[in-house]
Amino acid sequence: MNELTTARFVNIGERTNVTGSARFKKLIMAGDYDTAVEVARQQVENGAQVIDVNMDEGLLDAEKAMTTFLKLIAAEPDIARVPLMIDSSKWDVIEAGLKCVSGKPIVNSISMKEGEEEFLAHARKCMDYGAAAVIMAFDETGQADTKDRKVEICTRAYELLTGIGFPPEDIIFDPNIFAVATGIEEHDRYGLDFIEAVTEIKAACPHAKTSGGLSNLSFSFRGNETVRRAMHSVFLYHAIPAGLDMAIVNAGQLDVYDQIDPQLREACEDVILMRRPDATERLIELAESYKGKSAADEKAAEEWRGWEVQRRLEHALVKGIDAHVVADTEEARQQYARPIEVIEGPLMDGMNVVGDLFGSGKMFLPQVVKSARVMKKAVAHLIPFIEAEKEEGAKAKGTIIMATVKGDVHDIGKNIVGVVLQCNGYEVIDLGVMVPWAKILEAANENDADMIGLSGLITPSLDEMVTVAEEMKAANMTMPLLIGGATTSKVHTALRIDPAYDGPVIHVLDASRAVGVASRLLSDTQRDEFVETIEADYIHVRDTRAGKGQSELLSLEDAQANFYDAYLSDKAAPPLQPGVHVFEDWDLAELRDYIDWTPFFRAWELHGTYPKILDDEVVGESARSLKADADAMLERIIAEKWFTAKGVAGFWPCARDGDDVTIHDAEGETHTVLPFLRQQVKKSRDRANMCLSDFIDPAGDWIGGFAVGIHGIEEHSKAFLAEKDDYSDILLKALADRFAEAFAERLHQHVRTDLWGYAPQEQLTNDALIKEKYRGIRPAPGYPACPDHSLKPILFDLLDAEANTGITLTENFAMYPTAAVSGFYFGHPEAQYFGVARIGRDQLEDYAQRRGVDMATAERWLRPNLD
Amino acid sequence: MSKRQEFERAASERILIKDGPYGTAIQRAGLSPEDYAAGTALEQEQKGNNDLVNLTQPQVIRRICDTYIDAGAHILATNTFNANRISQADYGAENLVHEINVAAARIIREAIDAREDGVPRFVAGAVGPTNKTLSLSPDVEDPGFREVTYDEIVAVYVEQCRALVEGGADFILIETVFDTLNCKAAIMAVKQLERELDRDIPLMISLTLTDLSGRNLSGHTVEAFWYTVRHAKPLTIGLNCSFGAEQLRPHVQLLSDIADTWLMAYPNAGLPNDLGEYDEMPETTAALTRVWAENGRVNALGGCCGSTPAHIAAMAEAVEGLSPRTLPAPDADMRLAGLESFTIAA
Repeated sequence: MNELTTARFVNIGERTNVTGSARFKKLIMAGDYDTAVEVARQQVENGAQVIDVNMDEGLLDAEKAMTTFLKLIAAEPDIARVPLMIDSSKWDVIEAGLKCVSGKPIVNSISMKEGEEEFLAHARKCMDYGAAAVIMAFDETGQADTKDRKVEICTRAYELLTGIGFPPEDIIFDPNIFAVATGIEEHDRYGLDFIEAVTEIKAACPHAKTSGGLSNLSFSFRGNETVRRAMHSVFLYHAIPAGLDMAIVNAGQLDVYDQIDPQLREACEDVILMRRPDATERLIELAESYKGKSAADEKAAEEWRGWEVQRRLEHALVKGIDAHVVADTEEARQQYARPIEVIEGPLMDGMNVVGDLFGSGKMFLPQVVKSARVMKKAVAHLIPFIEAEKEEGAKAKGTIIMATVKGDVHDIGKNIVGVVLQCNGYEVIDLGVMVPWAKILEAANENDADMIGLSGLITPSLDEMVTVAEEMKAANMTMPLLIGGATTSKVHTALRIDPAYDGPVIHVLDASRAVGVASRLLSDTQRDEFVETIEADYIHVRDTRAGKGQSELLSLEDAQANFYDAYLSDKAAPPLQPGVHVFEDWDLAELRDYIDWTPFFRAWELHGTYPKILDDEVVGESARSLKADADAMLERIIAEKWFTAKGVAGFWPCARDGDDVTIHDAEGETHTVLPFLRQQVKKSRDRANMCLSDFIDPAGDWIGGFAVGIHGIEEHSKAFLAEKDDYSDILLKALADRFAEAFAERLHQHVRTDLWGYAPQEQLTNDALIKEKYRGIRPAPGYPACPDHSLKPILFDLLDAEANTGITLTENFAMYPTAAVSGFYFGHPEAQYFGVARIGRDQLEDYAQRRGVDMATAERWLRPNLD
Repeated sequence: MSKRQEFERAASERILIKDGPYGTAIQRAGLSPEDYAAGTALEQEQKGNNDLVNLTQPQVIRRICDTYIDAGAHILATNTFNANRISQADYGAENLVHEINVAAARIIREAIDAREDGVPRFVAGAVGPTNKTLSLSPDVEDPGFREVTYDEIVAVYVEQCRALVEGGADFILIETVFDTLNCKAAIMAVKQLERELDRDIPLMISLTLTDLSGRNLSGHTVEAFWYTVRHAKPLTIGLNCSFGAEQLRPHVQLLSDIADTWLMAYPNAGLPNDLGEYDEMPETTAALTRVWAENGRVNALGGCCGSTPAHIAAMAEAVEGLSPRTLPAPDADMRLAGLESFTIAA
């Protein structure tokens, strides 16, 4: 007997199971069988002794998927060498699979659920096809939960099977592993019941085997990998000697029993073996301290450098460690015949693992971006060698043109989407920011692109996207157009962009959706259905919009009559220090304390409020790791003075004039008009139709303005990109944004306490500042209370902001540098933020007149607020 | 006593002898195209359709069979290697499959029954692999493509085996297995037929290797193959064709160690020479296979490509009086297989 092929305990791979691997499911759903085959290969290479194949997914023709996949892996000797487990809850799928498998497989599963007759009919088929079979501990009355039921059902099944000549050594009982430590008392015995049942079943059923699906056990500790791994390992440690022969488990999710922290190990044992009544509470309590920690991590940190190079590369990719990647890549290059094989082999394998983890929610965006950094560095090292060989690079899944549209300079979101797509094997041609439509179309044609992705943050970018769509239509293009960015929405896409273009237009909500959208659009089998579904959805959105009466609008006159009647005697006193104040270089160390971290995490698609997010069950580990990296970069930014925070604030005498605020000089001569917009949607009860001018006294008042910007990112951004370090680049930009916001917060405080000085005694924590528990507001042009971005040039003139802060405006009024904030100061205690929302034609006409522009221009500026 | 029991008793007493091939013997009969097709309405040229000869020139087959019986063979296979619907379609003779097989079995049955000498002899209804494979795609660009389905292959085998049993075959010999899945389909066919006829139809299964490392065309090792077909509870398992006895030896030895059933091996007469002819002398083949017998590795021996009645006679003489292989005790380990075998200890 060959010792190498004889096992005492078998780990059954679960990666080629659509119910167990989100990534595999995506691949199969997208019809990407080539990659799906690679998943199987990787699994076998990683030591799977048996591979489980399951295609039970409601939207899938499981029989077809099963047979297609099995035939394909039959053609791969390094996969087909191991036995298969044909896994389905549907017998037809199992039988179709059996007709494709040439060795001796395992059927998973049959049971007495539908009675003895059907059970034995299936068992006979297994005998005819020459397959072993997993028998679920399930009978006519249900699934076995207690030990006695498990033993009773299994022994009954055993009698029946051996009675028809089923070889006992081909029987595998699965007596059902259920979740423990759920807090429900009846569940406490589940682990122990299973283990004890295994012993009794093995004794009562000679030569039969036992198996179980391990991941159920630790279900209540989802997100806490350390505890889950420990529970699995402890469980097996006791179940194997009790007679467990195999388990469906992610082999990477097991720890060596002896290396588990003894305290945790004991707590797990207490739960699984039910050794004390408070075992569950104790483990839950202890589990808190393991959140996000991995005992093995530190040990692994020393160990992994000693592994073989393929494994080191995978480790580096999965953990996002770039320290040794160039050296390791070089080592791998020397082992392979051609440099491209390093990319197609170990590097892609590693990225597949990353994709798998991300797809299944085990890894989050910041980690994926870090992995991409490692990958890019490795590839960059190989490119010269590949070019020297004049060979084609690895074929991309598709080519995607990405651009931030003309007039907009924001690129964090676009860059994240680009990285995620690249990680998943797409070629991304990033045209950068402020890209005119002609350049986008030209790049799409020159590169034979499969689709175009447009990004934008400010509202005028929505119009620019419509322009791109119209031009694509004029050029008779048909490739899909993807729309993303903070101000974009499904509704806007459906109402404005989709009708402008004949090809598919798809709004992509966030980076995590991008790959799914791209893969479906490039799938031969799914594209049409996907596009039709989206189109139907958009038509529905349009119909709903058209059919449903929108909220009723008041006439402008009625809205104005319902203005917010502020108690004007409370208006702020004139500023202590009127005029314009310039701050050349605000102390970064001080600003650091004013940072609001919640939007920072949101930029990375980690949702939750800071600091609670750090302890979040699901994303906490990611959030902590990201925060640590951010803190490290902050230290350098401050210590090495990467940024310069420039700002300006000013105060001017003014008065309300209808919906305008007029600014006048010392002589009372009006030199500037600030035209604001008024809410026109009919309000319930006695709520007002607000306009910012309502907070200004017509008899004379003061208004302020400010602009702050963070300079200095370019040099560092370039350096990071040269290093193929997207992660640090995105981090840098996100931090610059936070500094700009922190500066705006700090400056506003300085205005309240000193410059304007209407609240000299104010003492607020950063938390209270974030919650805006202070007097006065600072609405920004382009945001809901003041939605017209075109007020920025007026504000900038008042402040002489370009000269004083170095901030410039694009044609669509985006500020550059991008980490910049500008706005107005209102000091009245009743001043509050609100959204202007939809306005009527009458106000549009009025506004055009007030601004002295034609209707078309006014319409362009106010498009988001029009029907 | 059933044929299965009769075989088991005979096999436990001596090393049984299987016959040799029909193809070269038929060629030597020098039949004309008209002889091949005689009495049929077939339109295509039939020269080379050796299976059709059972129907059109039964006396030729009977003569060859008699020479093998005279040479000392106990296991007489039918001349039906290609007598299946898929292979016969190449000659446009697929509608004669039933008649050919009934006739083929009847010829051997009659030849055996004509000898009233008390020597145990058996009719093995020979079933070839067909020329279509269930495990491999003929299109390198499309590895998931198959020329034929499992159910089609099962139906093809059911048809052939039903006719062989009707004509008097004692066993079904699934031989020259190059695709393990085709073999599994043949097993399924026989199981269906057993239920249809409500009788035991013992199977003989014989693998052919395509490379010296010991794999068949579908890639299965000898162990993987055995564990894959063990559910058929075959009367014999073994190897045929492949190479000469010299090259086949380690694989016979391996199979002999693990298979808890009778082992039958019938190698080619050496390896073909530069002209593609087999020129290994009967004494040479006999000496090589005698070593297997001496080492207790075989229960039945015969010849495949290149073997003549003289080879069979030489083998029969060489192993005369030697003890047959004893069967290894079965164990209760769980055996699974992909292309390679996998064992989970009991």
